[in-house]
Amino acid sequence: MEVPISTAELLTTDGIPLKQSLRKAERRNKLRAFLLVFPLLLFIFVTFVMPIGDMLLRSVDDSQINSVFPNTFDEYKNWDKGADELPPEEVYKSLFFELANGDKRQIGKALTRMNYAKSGWKSLIKKTTREIKKIVKKGEEPVSYKDTFININKLWADPTYWYSFNQMVKDRSSIYYWNALDRTFDEDGDVVLQDEKRRMYIKTWLRTFKVSIYVTIFCLILGFPVAHLLANLPLRYSNLLMIFVLLPFWTSLLVRTTAWIVMLQQNGVINGILVWLGVISDDGRIQMVYNEVGTLIAMTQILLPFMILPLYSVMRVIPKSHMRAAQNLGAKPVTAFLRVYLPQTIPGISAGGLLVFVLAIGYFITPELVGGKDGKLIGSWIAYHLKTTLNWGLCAALGAILLGIMLIFYWLYNKIVGIDNIKLG
Amino acid sequence: MALPSYASPVQRTYYYFYLFFCTVVFFFLIAPLFAIIPISFSVSPFMVFTEGMLAWPPDPEAWSIRWYRNMIGDCSADVVSSTVPCSTKWMKGTVNSFYIGIIATVIATALGTLAALGLSRPHMPYKGLIMAILISPMIVPLIITAAGMFFFYARINLVYTFTGVILAHVALATPFVVITVTATLVGFDMNMVKAAQSLGAKPMRTFFKVIMPLILPGIISGALFAFITSFDEVVIVMFMASIDQLTIPKQMWAGIRQEISPVILCMATCLVLLSIFLLTTVEVLRRRSEKLRGIKAR
Repeated sequence: MEVPISTAELLTTDGIPLKQSLRKAERRNKLRAFLLVFPLLLFIFVTFVMPIGDMLLRSVDDSQINSVFPNTFDEYKNWDKGADELPPEEVYKSLFFELANGDKRQIGKALTRMNYAKSGWKSLIKKTTREIKKIVKKGEEPVSYKDTFININKLWADPTYWYSFNQMVKDRSSIYYWNALDRTFDEDGDVVLQDEKRRMYIKTWLRTFKVSIYVTIFCLILGFPVAHLLANLPLRYSNLLMIFVLLPFWTSLLVRTTAWIVMLQQNGVINGILVWLGVISDDGRIQMVYNEVGTLIAMTQILLPFMILPLYSVMRVIPKSHMRAAQNLGAKPVTAFLRVYLPQTIPGISAGGLLVFVLAIGYFITPELVGGKDGKLIGSWIAYHLKTTLNWGLCAALGAILLGIMLIFYWLYNKIVGIDNIKLG
Repeated sequence: MALPSYASPVQRTYYYFYLFFCTVVFFFLIAPLFAIIPISFSVSPFMVFTEGMLAWPPDPEAWSIRWYRNMIGDCSADVVSSTVPCSTKWMKGTVNSFYIGIIATVIATALGTLAALGLSRPHMPYKGLIMAILISPMIVPLIITAAGMFFFYARINLVYTFTGVILAHVALATPFVVITVTATLVGFDMNMVKAAQSLGAKPMRTFFKVIMPLILPGIISGALFAFITSFDEVVIVMFMASIDQLTIPKQMWAGIRQEISPVILCMATCLVLLSIFLLTTVEVLRRRSEKLRGIKAR
């Protein structure tokens, strides 16, 4: 019997063209998959992405002070610094009324901001406001507002105070970013270096990079042979030894940091052993903690598993026969290692190296606890401004720069390893 | 990895040096963790090995559990010392840590497992981008996360509340659940889902009766990762928690900063034991999961 072949479009039992029906099913599947992910995506967006975005906005935000002194700043922009030594009368007048009528709390906040620009603003304005309120109470109207200000405090005749307004007169400002790099604005709004005694961030940034690079190198030197051993031992033994790598990984950061303080302090375990061995005398105990050495040692141990694990997973799949083949062909062991084995481990080295480096530049807890004065990294400044000085703009700018650096390195990591290839243990 | 019998003396020297070097590194990794355990049983209020502890035969006078008793809030006269006052903070911290940790784990596991199921479907659109967003809390340095969350949560009055801390911990913990469960779902035989559905099971029933039993080891590992993340987290609680939300890490931080006391080492010892327990559980689960999914053990 001959089967009739229909030339018409294929239809489902409902009479809808098959193609259309399949497309619909596909769309429904996509939607279903997305609906499963959606709750978490929304959650992460609200609890994590928005806060980070908020921080980025805050790092360029200068609107609070602009809402306190809108007229003063408007008039200030008309001041021709080349022609007049001091700002025009209108600036003094606007400031007079904005100080007399302004909300006390808002002015207080603005003063903190002004003090970042030039120290001395806070006390000057506070004293002046007190005097201005007296004048207003008496109902007097000053003839010259400029002279009134200068009479109250002669600092009002000092143009350097007025110059510092330059960095505040816009709603959005890059000043915090420049501050985070030890720069500030001069009277013409050009970027210049901070005073010598206020330069501390570049130094810390450089130290952060230096420590991170050292830690990465140390981790590589210590981690490479260990990963090689783990990858080449029979499974029974390597699984057992793997515990040595994974246990620190699972142990609280604070526990490991405490442990290093106990080990390294002056009457700690290592000094004790050295004295007992007679290497050093009892008064010659070495200070190994609360300085950069302590930070380096503790961070190397804490980040070592992040180097060993990627190296291990790369080395495990390198066939052992390659080294033997190279040596059979007459290569010396060193040559065989350098020319055959090492090139094959490059993906592992770059993955581990990038991971350790990126984790190290963002480290905060360990350097803060064992770093002492000269071992602190940039994270400590972020915490300091967040909690102690409340200079949140600078805090956010430091964070944003750090975040930018991290993203560059993660982009590299993604290119080399693929970010969704991250494995745990 | 044994040395071949034809190895030259130079190779032998290299080989033994290599083994020695690896031993030193393993020692470096693990020794600090175990060095603190004996010191926590010292009688002395200083965090050192005392003469008596090192003496042979052992001097029972040098050892005690007084700091452990101090940790659990026992205030007898022989427990406190001039530098180590009695305080209930450690126990309060423990209660809070478990409270925050368990709630955060439950939420993180539920959200993370759902997302992992979605991400593992072949039809998932924009998979790379979504994955990058979902695991970003794990990647961004904690101090940046803490700063951002502090600013943002302050606006909506969530700083210094349990809700705020728990939300923050859930965000930090979900990437671990997503990664672990996604890894378990690799190689998951989707035909089983089809079989269940063709036999008439609704999606919920399919999940609980077919998918979940198979990926349960992965889910539990993820949950344990999530728990330890919340349990050990210190940077967020430093900024977002008040004294009411005192957790173990916050109390340890305060302890290391201000009064270095041996009680910290007692808590550290407990945490090392906890991590040994969790590590063992996760390893056992991993093997079981591989067996379930028919992957040969490594």
